Amino acid sequence: MIETGWVDADLEVEFPELRLRWIEHEGGSGRTPPEIKERLRGLSDRYTGGKAVHLRQEPIPWAYRVFFRQVGIDPDDHRTPAEQAALDRMKHGSFRSRNLLDDALVIATVETGVPVMALDADRVTPPLGLRLSHEGERLGEGGRALSVRQIVVADPDRSVAVLFGDIAEDRGVDPETKRMLLCSVQVKGVPEISVEEALWTVTEVLRTGA
Amino acid sequence: MSVYHRRVASVLKPPPPSVPLVTTGPDERSARRDLLEQIGRLESDLSALFCSAYPRGGFDWAVQSRAGPRVLSLSELERLRDDLAERLHDVRRTLSDRTWVEEQNRRLIEEMMLEPEKHKWVRVGNEDIGERGCKHWHVRPRWGILGMMMNWWRVRISSGCPLAT
Repeated sequence: MIETGWVDADLEVEFPELRLRWIEHEGGSGRTPPEIKERLRGLSDRYTGGKAVHLRQEPIPWAYRVFFRQVGIDPDDHRTPAEQAALDRMKHGSFRSRNLLDDALVIATVETGVPVMALDADRVTPPLGLRLSHEGERLGEGGRALSVRQIVVADPDRSVAVLFGDIAEDRGVDPETKRMLLCSVQVKGVPEISVEEALWTVTEVLRTGA
Repeated sequence: MSVYHRRVASVLKPPPPSVPLVTTGPDERSARRDLLEQIGRLESDLSALFCSAYPRGGFDWAVQSRAGPRVLSLSELERLRDDLAERLHDVRRTLSDRTWVEEQNRRLIEEMMLEPEKHKWVRVGNEDIGERGCKHWHVRPRWGILGMMMNWWRVRISSGCPLAT
């Protein structure tokens, strides 16, 4: 079942339509089975240069692009996940298969335009939410220092990831992961159904590959 | 009581109780909301311009990052809005200049086709008319030196990019 996270009051005032949605998945990553590789190949074939160029004008990638600007990220420097996937596709000639989880995230991002990230469910404590970082806070428990008022994904105890940025070292998915939390951030202009579709797509791909 | 005594009495009267000073910070919310919307619109215009300008290169699209993701201050939002507006203006002007030159080049191709002898050795490429590919129009003499002597000129259109080896 898809859950909705909390959003800190300061952040909610600024971005009333900002939401964190997540779903729990039993199982970890692994090797990509041939049918998922085939799906990636099919996706690569349908993805042309023209589509990649015009991606920023499509409603969902555009909504993330605008949000990136509004929170002080240059989307031409730090690309939105959908644009990054498109750029990788153009550079490498296809969507490269890496592992089951990464492939599932790419498929969901390319098909829906909505980025999804994965956390190790045994190392974070739901409910997750979005808040601003405090003074002197570090990412995770002993990670890098966060600048003040940075937007982070957090559980009630600590920050677990920078929004659209790096995940705390000890909170991400690794080969020992048995359960995952698949999280997605909804911004203004992105329909709820697209976010849900992205999360369901990842779980469906992971189940196919299990 | 004389006027003098009334004035002295009024001066000596205890002052009225002071009204507690209420300080309120300006409510930035509506200004912030407006700025966020303006940034959204400018980003939308810049994206549309990017798609219009493609495949032309040489444009500067960069708008400085603000070390996000974070909630920007009002002045940072204003600066970001101004930077985006400035970038949009610069790119629009550059694109307008380029398209004017490209239009002139298209006209030149038509003239070359109509009267090649008036445009000897002129060469116009796809890049000069804002299109992709290696195709070019080149005014050359028919039959080499004989054509040059007899003033027999024609436009040769290249067949495109060489095949990848």
